[in-house]
Amino acid sequence: MVRQELKKLVIYSFFLAIIITPMVGFKNADFDAVRVLQTLAVLIGILVLNLIVKLVRSKRPQRAPGYKAWTERARERIELIPKLYTLGGLILITAVFPVFADNYMIDVAITCLIYITLGLGLNIVVGLCGLLDLGYIAFYAVGAYTYSLLNLKLGLSFWAALPIGVVLGMTCGCIIGYPTLKMRGDYLAIVTLGFGEIIRLVLNNWDSLTAGPNGLFGMQRAALYYPTIQEGGLNWAIYNIKSLPSLYYFIYVIVILTIIGVRRLDNSRIGRAWVAIREDETAAELSGVPTTWIKLLAYALGAGFASVAGAFFAAKLSYTNPNFFLFMESCIVLCIVVLGGVGSIPGIVVAGIVLIAAPEIFRGLESYRMLAFGAIMTIMMILKPEGLIPAKRLKRELVETQANE
Amino acid sequence: MDTSSFILQQIVNAIFLGSIYALIALGYTMVYGIIELINFAHGELFTAGAFIGVIVLTGLQSFGFVESHFVISMFIVFGLAMAYVAVLGVAVEHVAYKPLRDSSRLAALLSALGMSIFLSNGMMLSQGVSDRAYPPVFGVEGINIGGAIITNGQIFIVLLAVAMMIALQLFVHRTRLGKAMRATAQNRTMARMLGIDIDQTIRITFMIGPALGAAAGVMVGLHYGAVRFDMGFIFMIKAFAAAILGGIGSIPGAMIGGLIIGGIEVFWAAFLPSAWKDVTTFTVLILVLYLKPSGLLGESESEVRV
Amino acid sequence: MNKPPLLQLKDVHTFYDNIHALKGISLSAPQGAIVCLIGANGAGKSTTLMTICGVEPSRQGEIIFDGQPIHGLRPEQITSRGIAQSPEGRQIFPRMSVFENLEMGAFLRKDKEGIQNDMDWVFNLFPVLKDRIGQLGGTLSGGEQQMLAIGRALMARPKLLLLDEPSLGLAPKMVEKIFETIIEINQKSGTTIFLVEQNAQMALSISSLGFVMETGRIVISDKASALLENERVKKAYLGE
Repeated sequence: MVRQELKKLVIYSFFLAIIITPMVGFKNADFDAVRVLQTLAVLIGILVLNLIVKLVRSKRPQRAPGYKAWTERARERIELIPKLYTLGGLILITAVFPVFADNYMIDVAITCLIYITLGLGLNIVVGLCGLLDLGYIAFYAVGAYTYSLLNLKLGLSFWAALPIGVVLGMTCGCIIGYPTLKMRGDYLAIVTLGFGEIIRLVLNNWDSLTAGPNGLFGMQRAALYYPTIQEGGLNWAIYNIKSLPSLYYFIYVIVILTIIGVRRLDNSRIGRAWVAIREDETAAELSGVPTTWIKLLAYALGAGFASVAGAFFAAKLSYTNPNFFLFMESCIVLCIVVLGGVGSIPGIVVAGIVLIAAPEIFRGLESYRMLAFGAIMTIMMILKPEGLIPAKRLKRELVETQANE
Repeated sequence: MDTSSFILQQIVNAIFLGSIYALIALGYTMVYGIIELINFAHGELFTAGAFIGVIVLTGLQSFGFVESHFVISMFIVFGLAMAYVAVLGVAVEHVAYKPLRDSSRLAALLSALGMSIFLSNGMMLSQGVSDRAYPPVFGVEGINIGGAIITNGQIFIVLLAVAMMIALQLFVHRTRLGKAMRATAQNRTMARMLGIDIDQTIRITFMIGPALGAAAGVMVGLHYGAVRFDMGFIFMIKAFAAAILGGIGSIPGAMIGGLIIGGIEVFWAAFLPSAWKDVTTFTVLILVLYLKPSGLLGESESEVRV
Repeated sequence: MNKPPLLQLKDVHTFYDNIHALKGISLSAPQGAIVCLIGANGAGKSTTLMTICGVEPSRQGEIIFDGQPIHGLRPEQITSRGIAQSPEGRQIFPRMSVFENLEMGAFLRKDKEGIQNDMDWVFNLFPVLKDRIGQLGGTLSGGEQQMLAIGRALMARPKLLLLDEPSLGLAPKMVEKIFETIIEINQKSGTTIFLVEQNAQMALSISSLGFVMETGRIVISDKASALLENERVKKAYLGE
């Protein structure tokens, strides 16, 4: 076996060299051998590491039946603690986070939370319903632009504009969803990708309304109104959500509400219908699931959550432009869903934190961020398609099939 | 320039652009035909071809070989770009598709998408974020037909594209390997029972399809004078529209689809606000998928499924 | 019979995921004979053929062909040893011509002359295919497709020909014609034929050995003539 693996290693290295040498070596007309060797060293190093891990694993004595990996044990250990405590602890830690963190950390945390909201929304479409949506970020754009335009042109406040934005986002979700209802997975992916690009191009080209690539700025922040007693009477005072901690708490509440919403949906009849469609659409339809409506609902709800995140985003920056909504953004959100585990809420939260915060921690490697995202997506699909923290329902299904054997 | 020669010029441009789209679309169609999955990394393979083209061409030009032996150097440029991308295509297949051959469609799509993101960013890191210029090898001179000007470069590229399509058609219909490919696409289990090595056939499809894309990449580079790491994205969507329009899985369909998409784009840009031309192409793609997903020459869905 | 059987299955188990489809099949086919496997729908007859061909690999047991074990080989390797199948549902390549379909049958052969001869022989057996030589496989009628499937399998010049339900969905006259041809193939070329049929009467009448299959197991194996007289077989499969 070692021989065979070594042979594989040599072949892979050879092909890597063929692929890497011209592309990396000739950034200019002159050949840069150092750059090639560095790249090859890193890549072949990864292959060697992988091989060593493989060999060590195969050499290890056969596990006794019932043996559990440390991850599994850790999971069980965590599950032993009453859920209320874990949840309470997590909520407490995240709630007091801004008190101890500096502004930069809070800003990163806000970005994480925005992406978690997006991930949870996309999870409805991809994770629960099994429909690959590559234009998801468009709904984020719809939310952002709806608030921006309503505020700038009509002077609507955030709270007045938010429901309009959500309704508009959901409508767009249905518009995109409708023609794709009968399509197969890969066509669907392309159509959603096309729709996403269309929305971005419209925002980019419609100068008179959206100011084109310059974007819109000067929107008001979201504000809270609270009663005060001033000059003899009850009055409403305004608190602008502008400081980073206040923005953090705002998006924090949005995430909590989203989690509650998605959880309830997941455990409802609708959630079961989505999973039924994901597993076998024909069977679902035959057993009386109104697949058309249920699929549209998935699109609409997913889009709704993205719109909320978009409106928040626009209010936070007080600026928006079409380049915030590139295809790559859709890929990042998708990567969060894939890494966390399709259909798994805790998975998406963890993946959102890891994927968005990690590049901030390793700043020197930031340019490798998307490279890593791409690699993660492919590797996850090959090695662990159910994600880092598989959804409970998926786990149940796996256990049941084993029991049948 | 009067109206008729203006229109003639647009037709020339449409045929030119259409042939390039057709070449890329062929790559999609071939891969789709055999594994029933979109090769999401096709756009990146196309771009990789364009990069290798510029690298080889610059190298050849540095010692004056292009001027002295133009045809041979074009042969080398296209040959190396296609060979390189063929290797890359096999690598993509081996890494992203083969391990997932029995998994769900969603898993395979995501894996291919990951590969596409990886390659695109790998090229960005290795070749930079800005345009890389192609050395100009074709002049502006050309022939004049009724007021429309066809440059030598355009003639060369269209002829080469057509030659490749004919060669592909002959390969698929006349050779043992080509027939094995068609048989595998039509009924994989039966093909295996007849002794066809499926793995090898799929591997070869992943060499030829991307190699055609690479040729298109070099053509785009030669004509527009530059390559960029992310140019594959827009070409991918348009070529995919062409493949769908013609009927995915059908080789002549991909050619017709390419010409139609090229025509729509060129004429839209000529007469209507050109900023919206991409919106139009995407809309056409969505409409076709919605109204006639089997395309112009494709088999109906149910037949493909059999 | 001193000669070892051409094909022998010993306690073969096959699974579809977790479904135990073949629960220990043992059977053998003598050189040059016609043997048939009969049984109800879903008994595992087609699975048996697919297991022999390596398309549905067995998880346990031995398959010996021509003195060599072939279980665990890939389908293309098994084909190259001399086993060809005309599978359930015919599996014609719909967008290839009749000629190309036949040509694909001889995919692993290199002897051009032999291929030509065999093609002539197939056209001789099924003259209608010659008339349809340029037509696409998908446009043929059911009976023609059946002939094409058998012809395609013959093009491999197999030592063992596996036929899955050659009479399915055909008019009675056509069924007779197909069975006559099966006998002709067996007699003229000496090809061993392994026949899977629901039409038990027909199948047993042309076979020397018969096996009866029920829910993944062989329940009776005997001479075909004896099976025709067997009360249980008569009741369940011959409709008497």
